[in-house]
Amino acid sequence: MQFDKPATTNPIDRLKVVGQPVHRIDGQLKATGRAKYAYEWHDPNVPYVYGYPVGAAIAKGHIVSMDVSAAKEAPGVLAVVTALDVGERKKGKFNTAKLFGGSEIQHYHQAVAVVVAETFEQARAAAALVRVEYAEEIGAFDLKDAMKTAIKPKDVGGAPPDTAVGDFDGAFKAAPVSFDATYTTPDQSHSMMEPHASIAVWDGEALTIWTSAQMIDWWRSDLATTLDVEKEKIHLMSPFIGGGFGGKLFLRADAVLAAFGAKAARRPVKVALPRPFMVNNTTHRPATIQRVRIAAEHTGKITAIGHESWSGDLPGGQLETAAMQTRLLYAGENRMTAMRLATLDLAEGNAMRAPGEAPGMMALEIAMDEMAEKLDIDPVEFRIINDTQVDPEKPERPFSHRDLVSCLRLGAERFGWSDRGRPASRREGNWLIGLGVAAAFRNNLLVPSAARVRLDHEGVITVETDMTDIGTGSYTIIAQTAAEMMGVPIEKVVVRLGDSRFPVSAGSGGQFGANCSTTGVYAACVKLREAIAQKLGFNSEDATFENGEVRSGNRSVPLAEAAGSEGLAGEDTVEWAKLADSHQQSTFGAHFVEVGVDIATGESRIRRMLAVCAAGRILNPITARSQVVGAMTMGVGSALSEELAVDVGRGFFVNHDLAGYEVPVHADIPHQEVIFMDETDPYSSPMKAKGIAELGLCGVSAAIANAIYNATGVRVREYPITLDKLIGGLPDVT
Amino acid sequence: MRAFTYERASSVEAAAKAAASNSQARFIAGGTNLLDLMKLEIETPTHLIDINGLGVDKIEGTQEGGVRIGALVRNTDLAAHETIRRDYGLLSRALLAGASGQLRNKATTAGNLLQRTRCPYFYDTNQPCNKRQQGSGCSAIGGFTRQHAVVGTSDACIATHPSDMAVAMRALDAVVETVKADGSRRSVPIEDFHRLPGDTPHIETVLEAGEVVTAVTLPPPVGGKQIYRKVRDRASYAFALVSVGAVIQSDGTGQVAVGGIAHKPWRIATAEAELPRGAKSTADALLADARPTEQNRFKIDLVRRTLGAVLTEARG
Repeated sequence: MQFDKPATTNPIDRLKVVGQPVHRIDGQLKATGRAKYAYEWHDPNVPYVYGYPVGAAIAKGHIVSMDVSAAKEAPGVLAVVTALDVGERKKGKFNTAKLFGGSEIQHYHQAVAVVVAETFEQARAAAALVRVEYAEEIGAFDLKDAMKTAIKPKDVGGAPPDTAVGDFDGAFKAAPVSFDATYTTPDQSHSMMEPHASIAVWDGEALTIWTSAQMIDWWRSDLATTLDVEKEKIHLMSPFIGGGFGGKLFLRADAVLAAFGAKAARRPVKVALPRPFMVNNTTHRPATIQRVRIAAEHTGKITAIGHESWSGDLPGGQLETAAMQTRLLYAGENRMTAMRLATLDLAEGNAMRAPGEAPGMMALEIAMDEMAEKLDIDPVEFRIINDTQVDPEKPERPFSHRDLVSCLRLGAERFGWSDRGRPASRREGNWLIGLGVAAAFRNNLLVPSAARVRLDHEGVITVETDMTDIGTGSYTIIAQTAAEMMGVPIEKVVVRLGDSRFPVSAGSGGQFGANCSTTGVYAACVKLREAIAQKLGFNSEDATFENGEVRSGNRSVPLAEAAGSEGLAGEDTVEWAKLADSHQQSTFGAHFVEVGVDIATGESRIRRMLAVCAAGRILNPITARSQVVGAMTMGVGSALSEELAVDVGRGFFVNHDLAGYEVPVHADIPHQEVIFMDETDPYSSPMKAKGIAELGLCGVSAAIANAIYNATGVRVREYPITLDKLIGGLPDVT
Repeated sequence: MRAFTYERASSVEAAAKAAASNSQARFIAGGTNLLDLMKLEIETPTHLIDINGLGVDKIEGTQEGGVRIGALVRNTDLAAHETIRRDYGLLSRALLAGASGQLRNKATTAGNLLQRTRCPYFYDTNQPCNKRQQGSGCSAIGGFTRQHAVVGTSDACIATHPSDMAVAMRALDAVVETVKADGSRRSVPIEDFHRLPGDTPHIETVLEAGEVVTAVTLPPPVGGKQIYRKVRDRASYAFALVSVGAVIQSDGTGQVAVGGIAHKPWRIATAEAELPRGAKSTADALLADARPTEQNRFKIDLVRRTLGAVLTEARG
């Protein structure tokens, strides 16, 4: 199906199942422990053994020699495979750093060996016996130093690294009110609950692999490249995933080590990455340094807006696109953005939930708060004054649907924004209380997605697509889509996901999964409806699918009967034509936060949160709300505690476990409220839905930062906003 | 984790004897710290002596009117005990500020005192650490030190003691009762129990080879306002950046120990004498010899401010 013109009325608009608050169809499996995650596949007849990785002990250099004799002689050990054994390998398309092979060490904890033994404990103990001699080289680990030699890349994901409209410098200088500040965001870890884990089983040249992957086809292709086997020989499955946040978009070392380990041991091998490996072995969100400049008239109308960002990555890597949203979010005749990439020898920087916008909004939305204060205009109003209904860099491109203003106004009303006082003006006991606001913004991305839908003689609809459910609710919204399209109750739909034998979907990433994968299912259902109509001699245009029947004129036939003993199937891929060229598709929202800051210790604790989201049709308010609430929680960590601490001398992230890298715990999270605007966006898809999962994160941390400022009068521009950055500005309590 | 042999000790004396005869042996009780350290091969005992069955798990009154807490009393039980809650509220509050419900159910009184630092370099066996491997160097110094000690440090080690309970014990003048390998008993004031790192940060207490902690005793209740204030980056399940355990009397005198700033719970008699004069002079005396790093200098101010909050609360 080519989606090439805005959607008109279609069966989804009936909203009998889609848009309804349907509980997760896989919820019971998960709640009862029967949903099998990657490491948990266990056939009692299969003699699984265990692989344990060895990571590089240096940040940069070469392996001089390896001694695995003690490891090989350790109890239970079946095989030891080293990076030198497997030699230089071709690198997957989506990997910046190599995952395994060769003598070069590009970052700390890069895999240098896997030890396979009869038990997990034996493998782990033997892994500690592997001796490696390294030749260390000097690396670059400090972004503040490295930014001086940062380069301007040719392009950033298809977009230019720089943009300029009008005369930014002139307008900035000429404006009556201007503001210029620099912000920093730290390296962050996905820290999802389930670590990367894989089980590899070889049958001759064919490899079966259970893993935890957000993108089935990307993993399969890159695994084939890395192992140098034919892609068709690899069967990859990832039906349940314990969180990803972008950390499982790309092939990781667990799958490669399991495959090499299984080959060497001639046994099925399980490999889970130990928690510290998640930080220094896999990917992380890179730190940024961002400069934001805003100039405006006294009325609050922005006349110039500029955003520059620096981030680092390994050679051949990519930058964090933190200035991207500033090209689109606010009006202003004179504009500039620029993004630069420094070389750093830390682990690979890559996508983490809302790459670009998440850290970009952390800076931009504090700057908007600071500018509003300088103008003495309410920050909600300041944002509304500068709303734009067109792409401000290309005014001929309207937004497909943009309702940021309603999000801000409704949120302000519901949250009691008018109660906000001047900075450091409200105190309850030992708590300084403040309110903060930020806009939310994230683009709506469109990627092809395919599905296969079958109807059987019992009237059961089975959907197969390699789409993944990383805790988001994909199973459920796909079942809702198929039920709506085929006119059956959701109980009549079976959804099978995360298997490379199924048609290639959008996968889970970039908040494109829900809209794109359900559209793929929509397209397949259209085909199945046509097949059914054709078989019955109906004109498919006239056929109505409802109550488990297909009806045309006076004739109706139960679907089960229509299927016959052979059943019927439909398969299709949604391809996205150029609608996004003429219309900018984005999602919008507003975050409101109330914080308390302890007047003595500077500890910041969240008291209330509200997100208002305008993101097209909400396919399922329960799963969508869960996404936004989770994102808001992630934003709390991002604002208050999450920071991968870089040892700039030794070149690694020091706090590489969940004790040292502090994500929020239940006690940190208060009442959270989410409001969805009742809207549709016919430019996005026949589902008229857009992404929601990343929107919920974009802006939260800045709203918290702004609330802390309102509470204390202390402005912190370096995330996370820990108490050490506040206490110097708090009143004397001794 | 390396392979190890295991025995269940039949008596305190037998446990002490068995441990003294094998330098590679360790006692195991709750195991909430030791097992993690063994998995990471930070601790590599070849023999474990399980002391869980030794019966030293009661809370009872002492002749002096204080309380004797058996070494194996679980943190959960200790925090919930009526006598502790009534007469030693500081101890109960400190316990509940630490770890999680699950960990407190397993963790023991003696084990809590003996838990090891959470310095991230101590936990990463690729990095030099004088505490983990004597003489290998300290990688924390010059590295990421936000959590580290600011006082009582040495050029060999700037790690902190992570316990909340120990801070309360220190403020309450606890005494550690032990049995040595030769069967003799001794009582060690908690002040002397933990050592400063000096040149030998791998030696953390004055316990001798094989010596078993059997109980911790507290003197008769001293009354006063008993406050434990733990300051941390998130609301639960985090080690203290700074914690203050205090018993403050109505005349402004009292007892105060500070956690999160040293290799042991930090209490200074001369500082305590300053309590009636307020938080600033007390904190200045507590931290007179502080040698903070750039990254943890904030703890100096934070101790002063937290103590200020505690004294305000005590007056209130």
